[in-house]
Order: sequence, then structure tokens, then C-alpha cells
Amino acid sequence: MKLYFQYLVILFKSQVQYRTSFWLLTLGQFFIPFSIFAGLYFLFERFGQIKDWNFYEVALCFAVIHMAFAISECFARGFDAFSSLVVAGDFDRLLVRPRSTVVQVLGSKFEFTRFGRLVQSIIVLVFAVSNLPIEWTVLKGVALFLMIASGVFIFTGIYMLAATLCFWTIQGLEVANIFTDGGREMAQYPLNIYHKWVSRFFTFVIPFGCVNYFPLLYILGKTSANSDLYVLTPLAGFIFILPCLLVWQFGVRRYRSTGS
Amino acid sequence: MIKVNGISKSFKVAKRSTGVGHALKGLFHREYTTVEALRDISFSIEPGEIVGYIGPNGAGKSTTIKVMSGILVPDRGSCSIMGYTPWMERVPYVKNIGVVFGQRSQLWWDVPVMDSFQLLRDIYKVPEPEYRANLTLLIETLDLNEIVNTPVRQLSLGQRMRCEIAASLLHSPQILFLDEPTIGLDAVSKIAVRHFIQTINQEKGVTVILTTHDMNDIEALAKRIILIGKGSLLYDGNLQALRSRFGTRKTITADYRETDIPLDIPGVSVLSWSTERAVLSVDTEQVMISDVLTQLSRQVELLDVTIDTQPIEDIIVQLYKEYQIS
Amino acid sequence: MKMYISVFKLRLYNGLQYRSAALAGIATQFFWGFIIIMVFEAFYSQLANTPPISLTQLITYIWLQQSFLAFIMLWFRDNELFQLITTGNIAYELCRPSEIYGFWYAKLLAQRLASAMLRSLPILIVAFFLPQPYRLSLPPDPSTLLLFSITLILGLFVLVSISMLIYISVFVTMSPVGSLLMFGVIGEFFAGMVIPIPLMPVWLQHIANLLPFHLAADFPFRVYSGHIPKEEALTGIITQFIWLAALVGLGSFAMRRALRRVVVQGG
Repeated sequence: MKLYFQYLVILFKSQVQYRTSFWLLTLGQFFIPFSIFAGLYFLFERFGQIKDWNFYEVALCFAVIHMAFAISECFARGFDAFSSLVVAGDFDRLLVRPRSTVVQVLGSKFEFTRFGRLVQSIIVLVFAVSNLPIEWTVLKGVALFLMIASGVFIFTGIYMLAATLCFWTIQGLEVANIFTDGGREMAQYPLNIYHKWVSRFFTFVIPFGCVNYFPLLYILGKTSANSDLYVLTPLAGFIFILPCLLVWQFGVRRYRSTGS
Repeated sequence: MIKVNGISKSFKVAKRSTGVGHALKGLFHREYTTVEALRDISFSIEPGEIVGYIGPNGAGKSTTIKVMSGILVPDRGSCSIMGYTPWMERVPYVKNIGVVFGQRSQLWWDVPVMDSFQLLRDIYKVPEPEYRANLTLLIETLDLNEIVNTPVRQLSLGQRMRCEIAASLLHSPQILFLDEPTIGLDAVSKIAVRHFIQTINQEKGVTVILTTHDMNDIEALAKRIILIGKGSLLYDGNLQALRSRFGTRKTITADYRETDIPLDIPGVSVLSWSTERAVLSVDTEQVMISDVLTQLSRQVELLDVTIDTQPIEDIIVQLYKEYQIS
Repeated sequence: MKMYISVFKLRLYNGLQYRSAALAGIATQFFWGFIIIMVFEAFYSQLANTPPISLTQLITYIWLQQSFLAFIMLWFRDNELFQLITTGNIAYELCRPSEIYGFWYAKLLAQRLASAMLRSLPILIVAFFLPQPYRLSLPPDPSTLLLFSITLILGLFVLVSISMLIYISVFVTMSPVGSLLMFGVIGEFFAGMVIPIPLMPVWLQHIANLLPFHLAADFPFRVYSGHIPKEEALTGIITQFIWLAALVGLGSFAMRRALRRVVVQGG
């Protein structure tokens, strides 16, 4: 953990060396999701609601998923950008150091410009929460926190899977975007607006539903009585990362036996 | 210290061919060829040795280094370094080694060198007093005082390489792998790097294994060389022995008072001849140098004579030719 | 012209080499398409009054967006050109016996065409055979198809002339980040990439129609589905021509100015 922090510091120092481009990119990360949010607003202005969800409820959903995405893109960027590490042959360097590959890959890159996106989603979150008639309890606060944390774990897990793919081929990685960018796009709306096959996939295979749907129902008081168990659903995201770690280890083993 | 026994390794490589037709075919089916990168390589290295590991491009040098540093798992064979099998016990093992890949950097590009050093200290969990002591020694012997606070991207190649080597010694490894440490360096930097390798070898007893294409590195540093070609070990032994086995030719350059009578000395081939100067090549196994000189002074009025040993480069080229690996 | 064809061939060939990349891209775009369509399906399911564009037309709109992504994305960039400018190697380009504006224009055009070839055809074909209601419907009649082709090609020309402005701006800013960002965010929003223009509030539609960005994407796609009647399409084509002339004029003028500076400074 201390080491991870050290990596953070050194890479932050590196990035602020290029000040103009750093600020511009941060600003861009603020405005890109902003334009998407504006689109969301205009759609609700025209249609009023989407399957029993009103604008502020969806805005909350949007904020949570974008926050999780921003955090994971910032702190797990090493896995997201892993292909460049493999192409440059720098993964060998990590293997001759006495630390776990996961920590070292995580520490190989951070994308601090994602703070722009984070700030944007925090603003949306505050905006949504202040417009929703929620009676806040400790448990609801916990649920909200778990939603975000769980989202971070899921995105990181997907990055890890995509990174593992690099050991076989560095082409076709774009397919991982289905689950990262696509997952983010999908999870902006509560899961039940989609068809059964989509919502099943994103509940049981990649558990985005446990981030943006079940706990959301709980927070908004849309569940039937006695539903405190919903608070725990985000834990599925934490479990999701375990098989991802295993697959990663398998990939590293394969790399070391083929050296490709 | 290092025992390598019967290491073999082969890779599958996808065939790539040009032409749109082939590219279309490649959409559905891809052919592979197997390349044997290492075949039954065995050697052992004692503590404190400096070993030059040489061979033409693609001979398997890097693969061997990767196996020995725990990056790659070989198909067959065993390897024991300081009691560890490198690829089995990666984390505890790599604490004891330092690796420099000449063509890649381990320093963080945009921050001062010192920051990189500190991060490496934390990666290797080097105790503070040990780190301090090592740092002082390295800064002094590598003359880094002026550059440790400069961002890496502003350093020259030679300065950077000195920092790279320092970076891989901060955790006091007992073995240092150097993969082409002098590549692309100017003459002054090369000498500095060589000198430093010698110093840490003598003073700290670090075992050094280096691969290089620059035979001057080998000549300056390594008493022993291991030559591989096409994945097989071809020669393992003393550099001097190699020289006396292959380097039996000497070159004699003679200046003399103008004459138009060509030289005629048996057992000697004339490399060039003019009315004032001749360059001769002598195989010392057939003719004695003194005999050649006697003959020379009889035929021309000598002004100056120089005798050169065959450069090590030529010997290596000759070796490659002999084993048909170039 | 010959150079243009060879750039095109090189790109196409490169694309073929990376087969899994192409397949992955297609899969990604399908997924996106489905997600967006499902969101609109959900929105439309509870609609009281008639929407400004029917769901079938909207689905067609979205599939066309996905398949012609290479024609409309502004962030689709050529780093080689950026480097040429920022490193000063542009001086070498000046030695070539062709006018740089035309040369770069052709290069960018060829790149987009080649990428679209690889992606759009497979997506279009599959989208035509999807089950209802997701199927990409055919245009109402052949003349609409003809109009669509014309507007699409003209739209591509307009888009390339916009993206030329991004490259030219780098002569001044020396970094592509800012311009790409500005053009990317604003351009894509007003091209109807975030939400289709007919679904925007009326005041925003007016702004979108005043800007050239919708000419490359929104306009041809609505011509295809018949959402824009033929007479209107014809006036639209005239607008496309006007914008094209203006943008190319502005671009080549700015380029000459920028190059003069480069020459004066000695690269």
C-alpha cells in the first residue's frame, strides 16, 4: 500500500510536468460526460420519465457510475493501458522486481486528468440528491458508498481481464470497450429499462446491476418492506474481482512460458 | 553460484507474409513455425566472475538472460542460482539480482533521477542505512552528483546509462545482468561504464554477466566468454585461450626506402604493397615473426616496422564463420 | 490521385492485417447500437403524444451512425500529421511537388474511406437482417437512396474540411489536445451523436442547424429514413455545398498563412 502511494506521487509529479496539456485534458474529462448529461436532461425534458424513473433518479444512477468509472480510470489505468507496457517490453522489467505484478502494474500508470470527470460526477450527485426526497439513514449512506466502491472494483476487474488478453494478442482489445465504455453507457440508466437478456447478463456475469439497480432501489425506497439485504448487493462487485485476479495470474504464467 | 543445466526453450512464431491475398488468407488461418531459441545450454559461473555472453543477433542471448533472471520459464533443463530456481521462486530470488536492459529504461522519464532511486528503494525494501551507503558510493564512483536532480528525459544517453546501472545496484545485488550496457554510447561514456563495472566487481565482489556486441567491452572486462549461436553453446572458456587458438595471425606493417622490387617472403601473404610501404599478414603457426623480419631487412632498407595482433573482432567473425552461424 | 489511391490501399491493407481489431470494433459498435436503441425503446414505450421522429426512423438513424462512425467522428486523428507540425518536419513536406492542403485533405479522406469500408459494410449487412424492431429498414424508394449517397459523400467532404481546421490550428497551439477537445465535444454534440437532433429542444435544434456539424451525420441519415422530405434534402445539398466551399476556402487560406510563418521561421 505504501508502495502504491509512492508510485502515485512519482507519476503525479510526471504528469504535472506537462501543465497545459494536463489542464486541458482535465477540462475535457469534465466536459465530455457533461455533454452526455446534457443529452440526458434534454431527453427527459421531452419524454418526462423512463419506465417509472424520473430525471433525478436517473441522474443519481448516472453520477454513481461515472464516479466509479472516473476513479477506476485514474487508479487502475495501469491495467487499462497494459498493452503499451507489453508492446514496449517493459513488463519484463516488472518481473525482475521483488513485488507482485498486480501492484506494479497498477503503479505503472495513473490518469490524474480523470479528476475532471470525477468532479463533474460529484456535481451531478449533489444535484440529484438535493432534488430527491430521500430520507437518509446510515444504512443508505453505506449503500451509496458501496455502490461506488463496487463499481470501481468491477471496472478494474474488466481492465484486468482485457490486460490478460494482451498476453495472447494485442489486437482486438477494443472488444473490452463493450464492457468498460459500453458498461458505463449502459449502467447510466437503471438496469430494468433493458431487455431481460441484457439485465441478466449485467447482473449475473458482470454485476453492474448490483451497483446501479438493487442498491438504488433501496436508497430510493422503491423496495418492498424489510429489504436491508439490498445494501449488501454491491458486494458482488468485490467478489467479481477474484476470478479476474486468477485469470491475470494465469496470463502471467503463460507469458513467462511463451515470452511472447 | 550459478549452475545452468541443459536449458532448452522454443517459441512459436506466426508466419507473416506480404500481399493482400495472404492477408485475406490470414483472416482465417495462420501458420506457425517453431524457433528453437535455446538448445541444451549448460554452464556454471563462480562468485566474483565477469562473464561475457556473446553471439550474433538472434542467437539466444536475451532468452538466456530472461531465463536466468526469472522472467521466462524454460521448456526443459534446470537452473540453480544462489540456491534458487529463478522462475519458481521469483520474488525472493530477484531481490538478489540486478538487471540492466541497455535498450530500455527503468527510470521514470519525467522526474529527477533521485525520485526514481527512492521509489526503487521502496520497491526493493532496502533498509535506510544500506540505501544511504550504497547511494553515496554509487554517486561517487559513477560521478552522478551533478545529474541526480535532473529529470531523466534531459540526460544524455551516457548519463542515463550510468544512472541505470546505479539504479540496479541500489539493493546491493550479488549478481548483475547487463544486456548490452554500452549500446549507443560515445567512447568516453563507454570507458566510464566499463571502469565502473570493474570497480564494483572488484570491491563488492558482484558477479557480472554481460551481453554485448562491442568486443572492446569483452576485452576490457571479461576473462571468460561464453559464445552461443543458433541457440547452442559453442565456446566457453578463457579469452586468452581463444586468442591463441584463433588469433594466430599477426599483421606487419613495414616502411622502407623507395624500391620497385616486390617483396618475396615464403609463408607470408601480402595485404598491400607500394614502393614505400607493405602490409603483411603472418600466420605465426607456420612462420616465426623473427624469420619474417630477417627476410624483410634483407630485401629492403627498413625504416619502420609495426606488428599488430589480430583484433578480437576479427577472431569473433572467424569463430562465427567456423560455426557457420553468421 | 495516384497518391490518394495508395494511401487508401495502405489503410485497407493495414486494416485487414488486424482482423481481430476489426471484428472487435464491429462487435463494440453493435453492442452500443443495441444499448442506445433499448434506451430509446424504453423512453418511447410510455410516450403520450407523437414523437418528432418515429422509433423505426430512429433505429435506422442509430445503425447508420454506428456503421458510418469513421465518417463522422472528429477525434479520428492522424498523429503523423500532428507530429509533422509540432516537430517542424513540415519543412520536408514543403519540398514535395504538391499543394499541402490538397495532399493532406486527400490523405485524411482516404483514411476515413478505408476505415469505413472495413466497418460499415459488415455492420450494415448484419443490421439489415436483425429481427424486428431492431432491423435497419431500407430507404422508402430508390431516389431516396440516391439522395442519401450524395448527402453522405458531401457530408464526408464537409467533415474532412472541418478536421483540416483542427490540424491547421496545431500550427498555432503546437498541441492537438485543445482543438481536438473543443471540436470533439462541441462537434459531436451538434452532430447528433449524443442525442439525435430531432429529439433536442427546438431552440437547440436551431443552433445545431446553423452549425455545419449536422451536415455530416444527422442530415444524410434523416434523408435515408425519409424523415427529411426530398425537396428539403435538395436545399440541404445546396447548404452542404456552401459550407464546403466556405470551409475549404477558410482552411486553405489559414494553411497558407500558417505555412508562410513556418518558412519565415525556418521550420
